[in-house]
Amino acid sequence: MTKVTIYVTLRESVVDPQGIATTEALQKMGYEDVKSVRVGKLIELELDGSEQTIEARVNEMCSDLLINKVIEDYRFEIGEVASK
Amino acid sequence: MKFAVLVFPGLTCDLDMYHAIEETVKQDVEYVWHTEADQLDSFDAVLLPTGTSYGNYLRPGALAKSSPACKQLQAFAESGKLVLGVGNGFHILVEAGILPGGFLRNQNLKFRSALEIVRVENNNTAFTKDYTQGQMLTLPVANEFGNYYADDQTVEKLKSNNQIVFTYGDENIDGSTEAIAGITNERGNVLGMMPLPERAVEAIIGGTDGTALFQSIMNSRGEQHVN
Repeated sequence: MTKVTIYVTLRESVVDPQGIATTEALQKMGYEDVKSVRVGKLIELELDGSEQTIEARVNEMCSDLLINKVIEDYRFEIGEVASK
Repeated sequence: MKFAVLVFPGLTCDLDMYHAIEETVKQDVEYVWHTEADQLDSFDAVLLPTGTSYGNYLRPGALAKSSPACKQLQAFAESGKLVLGVGNGFHILVEAGILPGGFLRNQNLKFRSALEIVRVENNNTAFTKDYTQGQMLTLPVANEFGNYYADDQTVEKLKSNNQIVFTYGDENIDGSTEAIAGITNERGNVLGMMPLPERAVEAIIGGTDGTALFQSIMNSRGEQHVN
């Protein structure tokens, strides 16, 4: 089984209200060196399939549901599921 | 005229929408549960109420795509009949690709429940013909994801096609692109808006500035929407 880790970030042109609030919070706590925070999300999938088909499959799932390309960008990593 | 209130799991304001039709235009109206939407084309208009469909998981409105009703809704919109989505119903229309854009958390990160001043930017639509151009309305909003986003190219297109129907006329608190509060599709038969006209059809609660929207829909019966 393969594990896919998808990193979802807001597109650069999109203002991130959570990131701005978090930047201000960190600065107030004394971390004045922080100039910017962007908050994204992480999606982990476990799925069957061959290395060759998985990339196209994940891109398809991102377009169909996981990502709204108007506001979000994404990249992903393909790895093995660690044996439990 | 026959109205459907299309209900996805988690949409909680279906009753308000149903009541608004009874109160304003007094037409046939039925609830349609999302797994029973195969007869959608027997209706003249589809109304998507607000609420929190699928718990707003992933992105507001996104998981409605997993329902067969989403394809039926897309087909209904393509047929040229009228579709109105308010609040979370607007989110669903955007996520289903029926309207352009996306939604972000409100700029101030708060769930906002308030009366909002809304400006009619285009009264030449099936949904707004009973308003006057530039009319200022007072309508309720209640959302956490009211921050509409569209990129420059999309905004240009929306403007040149007169698809921006409502803007916030006083203060753009949520941070929407171009203060957008409501847009139509290119053809003009689908309207999505964050303000809630169905909560403004009685003087005793919330005012009556939403009434003309439902009357406009009635007065648009039989018109072709082929921009």
